[in-house]
Amino acid sequence: MLTQTKDTEERIWTLMIWSSVGLISLGFLWILGDLLWHGWTQLNWNFLFSSPKNSGREGGIGPILISTSLIIGVCMIIAWPIGLGTAIFLAEYTQDHHRFGRLIRGSLDVLAGVPSIVFGLFGNALFCQALGLGFSILSGGLTLACMVLPMLIRTTEESFRAITSDQRLAATALGFSRSTTIWCILLPAAMPGLLAGSILGLGRAIAETAALIFTSGYVDRMPESLLDSGRSLSIHIYDLAMNVAGGNPNAYATAIVLVSLLIIINLTASWIADQWTTSNQLPT
Amino acid sequence: MISFSNNISSQFLNDRVLLWSLRFFALIAGSLLFLIVIFLIHEAWPALHQLGITSFFTDNAWYPTESLYLLTPMLWGTFLATIGAVILAAPIGILSAVFIHYYAPSLLAITYRRLIELLAGIPSVVFGLWGLVVLVPLIASWQPPGPSLLAGMLILFLMILPTITLVIHSSLAQIPIAYIHNATALGLGRWSMIRKVILPAAKSGIFTGIFLGVARALGETMAILMVCGNVVQAPSHLFDPIRTLTANIALEMAYALGNHRSTLFVSGLMLMAMVVIFVLIAEQLRYRETYADAN
Repeated sequence: MLTQTKDTEERIWTLMIWSSVGLISLGFLWILGDLLWHGWTQLNWNFLFSSPKNSGREGGIGPILISTSLIIGVCMIIAWPIGLGTAIFLAEYTQDHHRFGRLIRGSLDVLAGVPSIVFGLFGNALFCQALGLGFSILSGGLTLACMVLPMLIRTTEESFRAITSDQRLAATALGFSRSTTIWCILLPAAMPGLLAGSILGLGRAIAETAALIFTSGYVDRMPESLLDSGRSLSIHIYDLAMNVAGGNPNAYATAIVLVSLLIIINLTASWIADQWTTSNQLPT
Repeated sequence: MISFSNNISSQFLNDRVLLWSLRFFALIAGSLLFLIVIFLIHEAWPALHQLGITSFFTDNAWYPTESLYLLTPMLWGTFLATIGAVILAAPIGILSAVFIHYYAPSLLAITYRRLIELLAGIPSVVFGLWGLVVLVPLIASWQPPGPSLLAGMLILFLMILPTITLVIHSSLAQIPIAYIHNATALGLGRWSMIRKVILPAAKSGIFTGIFLGVARALGETMAILMVCGNVVQAPSHLFDPIRTLTANIALEMAYALGNHRSTLFVSGLMLMAMVVIFVLIAEQLRYRETYADAN
């Protein structure tokens, strides 16, 4: 009797688990399928390179791709040295009980959780107004740099910590200075992790919308300088879907471009990480 | 880590230059959070000072043009959408993670995990687009008007589910295999083992996942802005349109001036305070979990 009720319970839960997983998978395939279904017909080479016309209902996303790459470029150029420097400092110069190190690590953990719209407010107040950069690609890129830093630092720090102490000891025994050890031994060894982290940071920056609405602005012209306002892919999708009647087909096509970029980025990052772990396991 | 004696390294000028520049970079990165808080407070100060905190809760309505700045409808919107999303996502997230570890054949487990990871990376604006074009009309055909609290809850649910699933998944992966062997040896069925052994052992991981999910839901902007209708009101049922704090900032920031702008920064501060509390609780739980493992 007891075993029978137990068996029924087991069966009910097995059924519940399989059906909820099935529902979730269906829901997600629905989203992806819907994206492909609606956007595929709009997509061609011309769409990628021509300018948007009639507020984006017709034409393509050429200038928007350029603005997006500029925003991401600014973001990575600023975030990379700061992220790398901080990560090396945390991994190589601070122990777990180091007070300055703990303070920085704690502040970065909290920073990682700050919502993107708050980064937008901050970027608007600091870069657009206090520094007088206005709605510009530069303001947008700088705001995104603040946003991706925590993640960039965490992955980079982890890849430095994963290097065995033997290499540091050997370098010291050979009389290398600390800086030579870092540049010539540790940096090359941490490079794959560093690359994977940067690529993931890039992905987060490309996906971002809320932090950009009031820092990089809405203008869909071809940007002439970094101080011009430029519209990112994600803002283009938002604007077409919300503010432009009849903008949905092109919004879908842009969404396909955005999601494909992200998938490529994530696959590259995990490919690099895989390469790294397999090469690390080889006997030296 | 190996600690080098400072005397040895300081004989190299390069080393000192490097160390100072690294400290400088670390200082920039570490002070960002404080810079954000300072700027938010600085911009929010005029409203806090001239209007006072109570007016955000006691004004008659949200009419910035008439200097009425009631934030409670937006707070309700944020709370209700978040609570609804978490109530849906927490159990299903737990079941999903359990499925990957204990129910799925290995190939299916990997496929499902990849799918969840893929979804974790999809931008919120794409979820919003799908919600606007597919979900909202679907709700409208059942219970008009369509853009509603329900749509917001469902979209947020889809967005935080991957976060919750992946965190719980990694915490299940750390459960010692001996637990499973012992449970099997005791003759427990699969679900009894999960309910009585696995889930209690993964408790802090599960809560970490849920709290991170809450934090993400509170801060989510674009998707919720696109599906919720953005009417400023405290919703009385699931099909009422709502406006969240984040959506309010995104909608009005472009043209807000003076106290209006300042009030938006106040709501940014509120949002940040709420999210930071949840993130800190999650980090604390995670820390405790690793600490427990170390013993």
